[in-house]
Amino acid sequence: MAFAALRCIRSQSLLLHPAALFTQRRRVLYFSVKASQSQTATQEKKRPTAISPHFDKQIIDQISKNYEAIIGIETHVQLSTFTKAFCSCPYNYGSSPNTNICPICMGLPGALPVLNSKVIEFAVKLGLALNCRLSFNSKFDRKQYFYPDLPKGYQISQFDIPIASGGYIDLDLPLEYGGGHRRFGITRVHMEEDAGKLLHSESGSYSQVDLNRAGVPLLEIVSEPDMRTGIEAAEYAAELQKLVRYLGVSNGNMQEGSLRCDVNVSVRPIGQSQFGTKVEIKNLNSFSSVSRAIDFEISRQVLLHSQGQSDQIIQETRLWEEGAQKTITMRKKEGLSDYRYFPEPDLPEVILTKEYVENIGDSLPELPETKRRRYESMGLSMQDVLFLANDISVAEFFDATIAKGAEVKLAANWIMGDIAAYMKNEKLAINDIKLTPQELAELIASIKSGTISGKIGKEILFELLAKGGTVKGMIKEKDLVQIADPAEIERMVDKVLAENPKQLEQYRGGKTKLQGFFAGQVMKASKGKANPGLLNKILLEKLNAKS
Amino acid sequence: MLSTLQPPRCSLSRFPLHLPSKPFFFHSKQTPYPIANSALTDQLPSSNASQSLHSQILSIRHSLLSRQITATQLAESYLNRLRALEPHLNSFLHVSESVLSDAREIDGKIQRNEEVGPLAGVFVGVKDNICTAGMPSTGGSRILEGYRPPFDATAVKRIKELGGIVIGKTNLDEFGMGSSTEGSAFQVTANPWDLSRVPGGSSGGSASAVSARQCVVSLGSDTGGSVRQPASFCGVVGLKPTYGRVSRFGLMAYASSLDVIGCLSTTVADAGILLHAISGHDTHDATSSKREVPDFASQFGAVDSLESKPLKGLRIGLIRETLENGVDGEVNSAIRAAASHLEELGCSINEVSLPSFSLGLPAYYILASSEASSNLARYDGVRYGNQAVADELTGLYENSRATGFGSEVKMRILMGTYALSAGYYDAYYKRAQQVRTLIQKSFREALDENDILISPAAPSAAYKIGEKVNDPLAMYAGDIMTVNVNLAGLPALVLPCGFVRDGSSNLPVGLQMIGAAFDEGKLLKVGHIFEQTLSERRFVPPLLADDIVG
Repeated sequence: MAFAALRCIRSQSLLLHPAALFTQRRRVLYFSVKASQSQTATQEKKRPTAISPHFDKQIIDQISKNYEAIIGIETHVQLSTFTKAFCSCPYNYGSSPNTNICPICMGLPGALPVLNSKVIEFAVKLGLALNCRLSFNSKFDRKQYFYPDLPKGYQISQFDIPIASGGYIDLDLPLEYGGGHRRFGITRVHMEEDAGKLLHSESGSYSQVDLNRAGVPLLEIVSEPDMRTGIEAAEYAAELQKLVRYLGVSNGNMQEGSLRCDVNVSVRPIGQSQFGTKVEIKNLNSFSSVSRAIDFEISRQVLLHSQGQSDQIIQETRLWEEGAQKTITMRKKEGLSDYRYFPEPDLPEVILTKEYVENIGDSLPELPETKRRRYESMGLSMQDVLFLANDISVAEFFDATIAKGAEVKLAANWIMGDIAAYMKNEKLAINDIKLTPQELAELIASIKSGTISGKIGKEILFELLAKGGTVKGMIKEKDLVQIADPAEIERMVDKVLAENPKQLEQYRGGKTKLQGFFAGQVMKASKGKANPGLLNKILLEKLNAKS
Repeated sequence: MLSTLQPPRCSLSRFPLHLPSKPFFFHSKQTPYPIANSALTDQLPSSNASQSLHSQILSIRHSLLSRQITATQLAESYLNRLRALEPHLNSFLHVSESVLSDAREIDGKIQRNEEVGPLAGVFVGVKDNICTAGMPSTGGSRILEGYRPPFDATAVKRIKELGGIVIGKTNLDEFGMGSSTEGSAFQVTANPWDLSRVPGGSSGGSASAVSARQCVVSLGSDTGGSVRQPASFCGVVGLKPTYGRVSRFGLMAYASSLDVIGCLSTTVADAGILLHAISGHDTHDATSSKREVPDFASQFGAVDSLESKPLKGLRIGLIRETLENGVDGEVNSAIRAAASHLEELGCSINEVSLPSFSLGLPAYYILASSEASSNLARYDGVRYGNQAVADELTGLYENSRATGFGSEVKMRILMGTYALSAGYYDAYYKRAQQVRTLIQKSFREALDENDILISPAAPSAAYKIGEKVNDPLAMYAGDIMTVNVNLAGLPALVLPCGFVRDGSSNLPVGLQMIGAAFDEGKLLKVGHIFEQTLSERRFVPPLLADDIVG
């Protein structure tokens, strides 16, 4: 994939304006071009979480009991604004290299940034959703370093006054990992611009720059070092993804790099108040890699501690290698890098009014945590709650269904059962199916009232999912109304018994398992429309009557 | 290996290298270009003693619309003079190839009785750190040698939209860093009043070109005095607008919080007309002001209608610190004479003290260098400009910048990098910002008491080429009169007010008038009356009259 992309760029480079070439020193791919993996944390975590072939798991587990891991995460969320942060270029993931660029995001001489006000709006949204304190007077700063993907030689970012700080995020751990509610602190949220991408040649002797991504707005979210395990960290990231999707500020797609996590891991003996040396891990392209990379890194550090080699844990950036399932040294940090931050003179201060913030606060949707608590209070199990609230579209579908009067538990069961299975098989999102919440509610009501049987209900469901239409129309069209008249069912039972004297004899001889056979025959005769409860009651009476 | 793997950097290969050698336009037979013989002054509607004080822009408009002259004739006249003087002055880094066709287009419109813009037929020199589409824009730096921007700076765009014709790109100290134009990577510009002297800087090419009538007006940029000091040295009008009045879009940033595009002209009226053309909010510059732009031209009444005390009641503050030691005695006398002249016009003159004045210079050099170290980071050889051959990335950066930047630029990048470094930030950058706040405050107070503040534009008249190149501190000290105004973001107008004699030369002296923010209108009005009533002064360099060209 990477090779293909590169070839494509090389062949087009004659047409590209800033195609720039140079040899590279650091041969590191920050970005992933790997294809499809599923998105939700819970789905991913069903993959084995084997730590590493290099360590003896049992020994590690034993030693680990004496240590505590401290984990903090820096997350970059790419905002889904129509245009970039400081110019009017669009950003479309996957566009041909250097097609979404202009003098401003290329850093041409004389070009100036002008802030896209949507960036502020999205930052305020996320800041509020993360329960942060907002800075009513903030500003942009320049973070300075040289790298070929950074056209201006500095990144427009926020340094000492982030737009939001001091918040927290609530989440519920999945039951398969023990469940439980967690609250992790948010240190800060700040606005900044993304850099371009480097595409390295196969031989490694030169690289090319794609500036499509340069200037795309990001929010950087820094967590408090509140997480203790890889699972907690992965769930934190998954919750952030949920949040940005609920808010509509980002597609949160990790494979496209719209949500990127860098984690900091340190380990200390339990009881020690001082933090251990922290190590940063990059190149985490999925929630499961977040979880596995952290668990690997904890094991690595714990092992060094236990062997009296804790001095070999140095402050460095390590890279997660998906193939080898381990972290490797990417670069050692020689002291603190000096980014020579200073206030960006090309942009005025960012001043928020109370009214502006209140308007945004009022327009926020119901957030995942609130939704989960509401579902919980409706009597749903945590498993149901987590499933339904995981995806805002699913949650909206569920909410709309119960708003139409459907019983909560039944609606949840239908969505999580047959509907989810259908979506999975057909690879559809809930917004793509033809069934509407209105009809699902109607279906549930029709079954509950006895108008149709559950079995018929299922059949109708699949028709509705694939073709749409109404429950009422379908019942009428196919004459599917349930037979609930005892006399009619009795007639059918009598007929079946009469037609199967041999089986009747066996039944009465003690082979009572044959009840199912008779029930099936009657149901077949009724074309599935017989009320199953009534059918069984009458059938049993008849079967046992003459014995 | 590198070269074989690299596809051509086509954005560069498409364009010819910038000025591989200086174009040679000089026609030796076209001897002196005294201003009285120029096509322009021949066609001026009225010729009296003060003819050079007429707005050239308005004269051109009148001549064109009354069919006394065509834009093409005007273009030929200016181009001839430009080419004739260029070997002596070196004001221009590039001369436009489309001047004549642009002029013909205007003539066509006039012939067809179509509307032409207020700047139709006005030949504008543009400092080479201001981007012009279709022309090289180097910022006076090797690192941008041959670079052609894909867009016009907003100021240039507006000039073109109003009919103005960019005649060429003027020389400057590299990226505006310097006060003598000796810091250009390409050539040294001479002062038309004395070819052995500097024109000032960094807009030396723009000032020299206007002074020598190689163009009608020009654009400069002023970060610490780069429009005003060369205006003073070359005897022309220099206007530094309020920060935010003119869009910086397309101006190669030196110190973003101080940079402004300014105007150079032979009359105050022309500076006002040009300012009006380029002013106003620009959606491409977040620091450009949304304030309404007044019609500056309406201030310029005829001289005859002036009453005897036209400036009665105006309070002028003479900044005491600008006339203390370190200022040339003759400059001092010229400024005091100018103050007396203002008094005769009805102004009241008060000496005011700006106690923070002397702090301006160090604060300026810290802030400007800090911002410059950041603004010049983009010249890394990766996307455009000078790219050194190197076999790894750091080498590419190092060699591109080492060979691309001149020594003054490198020094300022180093100073700025130092000032912004962890551990030094508070002592330098932050402290300088605090000084800046103090300076703003003291100007505000002084301008509460006075309508306008006056001072010399520079502590001396033009000095000899080479005199200060090896003494950067002496060079920096020459900016003492102007940097405070940039730190405060205020507008200032410099106009010639007298001469000093140095050896055989008569060298012009500029008076600086500083106004309140966005009060350019008042500066222009006072400047216009001052200029129109100044006795017998014609600030036309002898080069234009003397027989030195041939």
